[in-house]
Amino acid sequence: MSSETKQILTTDGIPLEVSLKKAEKKNKIKAFLLVAPLLLFLVITYVFPIGEMFSRSIDDKMITNMLPKTFKEMEKWDGKELPPEEVFAGFYYDYKALVEKQEHGKLGQRLNKEKNGFNSTTKRLFRNIKRKKIDESISIKEQMVKVHPNWNKVEYWQAIKRTAPPYTLAKYLKGMDMYYAPDGSVAQVDEDRRIHRILWLRTLEIAFFVTLFCFLMGYPIAHLLATLPMKYSNLLMICVLLPFWTSLLVRTASWMILLQQQGIVNDFFVMIGLVADDSRPEMMYNKVGTYVAMTQILLPFMVLPLYSVMKTISPSLMRAGKSLGGTPFVAFWKVYFPLTIPGIGAGCLLVFILAIGYYITPALVGGASGTLISNQIAFHMKQTLDWSFASAMGLMLLSGVLVIYWIYNKLVGVDNIKLG
Amino acid sequence: MSKNPEFVKFDKVDKSYDGKVLVVKDLQLDIAEGEFITMLGPSGSGKTTCLMMLAGFETPTNGEILLDGNIISNIPPHKRGIGMVFQNYALFPHMTVYENLAFPLRVRKVEKDEIDKKVDKALSMVSLNGFESRMPAQLSGGQQQRVAVARALVFDPAVVLMDEPLGALDKNLRESMQYEIKHIHESIGVTVVYVTHDQSEALTMSNRIAVFNDGKVQQLSDPAELYEKPVNSFVAEFIGENNTFNGEVVDIDKDKCKVKLSNSEILANPISVKSKGEKTTVSLRPERALINPTDKMDNMFTGKIEEVIYHGDHTRVRLNLLGSSEFILKVPNSTSNLELKVSEDINIGWNSADARALDPK
Repeated sequence: MSSETKQILTTDGIPLEVSLKKAEKKNKIKAFLLVAPLLLFLVITYVFPIGEMFSRSIDDKMITNMLPKTFKEMEKWDGKELPPEEVFAGFYYDYKALVEKQEHGKLGQRLNKEKNGFNSTTKRLFRNIKRKKIDESISIKEQMVKVHPNWNKVEYWQAIKRTAPPYTLAKYLKGMDMYYAPDGSVAQVDEDRRIHRILWLRTLEIAFFVTLFCFLMGYPIAHLLATLPMKYSNLLMICVLLPFWTSLLVRTASWMILLQQQGIVNDFFVMIGLVADDSRPEMMYNKVGTYVAMTQILLPFMVLPLYSVMKTISPSLMRAGKSLGGTPFVAFWKVYFPLTIPGIGAGCLLVFILAIGYYITPALVGGASGTLISNQIAFHMKQTLDWSFASAMGLMLLSGVLVIYWIYNKLVGVDNIKLG
Repeated sequence: MSKNPEFVKFDKVDKSYDGKVLVVKDLQLDIAEGEFITMLGPSGSGKTTCLMMLAGFETPTNGEILLDGNIISNIPPHKRGIGMVFQNYALFPHMTVYENLAFPLRVRKVEKDEIDKKVDKALSMVSLNGFESRMPAQLSGGQQQRVAVARALVFDPAVVLMDEPLGALDKNLRESMQYEIKHIHESIGVTVVYVTHDQSEALTMSNRIAVFNDGKVQQLSDPAELYEKPVNSFVAEFIGENNTFNGEVVDIDKDKCKVKLSNSEILANPISVKSKGEKTTVSLRPERALINPTDKMDNMFTGKIEEVIYHGDHTRVRLNLLGSSEFILKVPNSTSNLELKVSEDINIGWNSADARALDPK
């Protein structure tokens, strides 16, 4: 017995430390293995796609890969005057290789986006190559200029040079209604074509007002929930949560039934004589529809954090405020309201961030004036197939949310958020 | 300044929450100016409801409450000028101690200098100077409690209500706070209405105690009288320890009656019995019965010791006496102590004046 204790004592000191560390390490590995599936899941479904989105949004390797010789020769070109013979030759051989791989069309389209007229310019070169009209033993520069006079214009060569870097921020600029001017500087698009900026502002505006409406409606509900006796508050809680248990599409569709011009709400207005039958107001396919539907759908996200915070506020605090001489309003404003700020912060942040990226509801009831930036992103994903632009806008939205979160943290402090 | 004996007056106050059960029944209670009155009773006896009605958080179903001669039933709580200390202190957690104390002054639009002075004075009253900038969460339970008391007093209210303010404190702290509150009351002379279910707290602190049960005041008297002369068996049971005998009155005259128990008879002091044949419960304080009585006592019996429990300052002895094995004796632990052994027989005696024949249980 005593020898055993001695043995333990001899292993004390450093050996004990080592064995403790060993045991702890085992526990740490166990703990890590438990969260590993989630970590892996997050990496696969979140970090990886965002990384992919980012690289796609700035990716401009296509032309870089298509015109390797051209860009190699262009390194020596100052970009101010017409490039030398070598650049022409480089382009010619690059293009010829593309023609053989039948990828020349893509290049034409891509360059056309950079500078109008490139499509026809390259097509004429393509025809001449097909008919083998280009004599490779003499100056290619002169022959190309003969094929199309655009080859003699320095702007076209500058446009090609601009596509040389494998990465570009052009998509981000496009999202802000800006573009790279021919001289490489950043310029604004014409005023009547600045659709994205309008969309950004509208998204912020709608998200802001939806948050405000949710707050104004959710605060009293949450207060009622927190103060009613259990049997009523449970029922009310079910009413608040009911929308959660209904499909988003069903809820949006029911708003369509309610709000359309021949819908129930309009019928009711006509019935009570508020509006004439032939001048029913449009409450859908515009901002009104978006406001109404989004406020209803996002309301639980405001109510729940508020409720959980209000539940913890002892009713005797309001009583104390009143018994100390504060009017009911003063007791509310000085005592109750400041204590609910963590809940307000959490609710507003939650609703605002959800609203800013909302898609289905504005797409269905928003019409032209009620759509948000996310609808534009979806449009580019599905219709124009400009995924890199969609990715760029998605990332701009994400960084916008992060900025808001940062501002909120500065103003209120994230530690003050209470979700429950 | 003459003290108004009816400073706070409950005049035939009824209270029912659901319209079926009266929580407070026909309450008639006068509280004198500067008095420390305690409402004592088991939970659900209506004492807190009375306090809430006085504070203005509940309205009486019937009757009126008067403060200094004015009916206050229709005055909202914030205009009553009654300070209140809540069970869980109800300190505003987002305000510092200073802001908590300044709150009642700020809503009364008191000047900044005056606020500083009053807050300082109130804090020194509870010896918490220097704690102005602490948040309530940074204070111990006893300190929070003292801040709550200071906050209820800082705006010089005419009446201060305390709703079991010491309930959350541990025993030692509770006792020292009892004395502290009592001393504050004595030094500033404010009227205090105190609610508790702890009888020792009530006995220690109060000028008068109102024992509540079943929505009614069972007895209203000063602590000594309440303990020595309970008027009914509920009060006798609720306040302090008590030996009871159930029996029937067989003989009665002016200050003595004979009560027949199951197999013996005792002499008692007729309090609420009037005639022969009435059922009664006789109540006797444990310390009023003596072992081996030297002088002639008119009740003398022999009982068998069932249990001896040492309590430090006294020893509790449980006896089998007069057919009951629940008779308790309290023997002070003095130097001339007796040897008490279980299952020995001892002689017990008491005066019939101390055995109060009350209403039957």
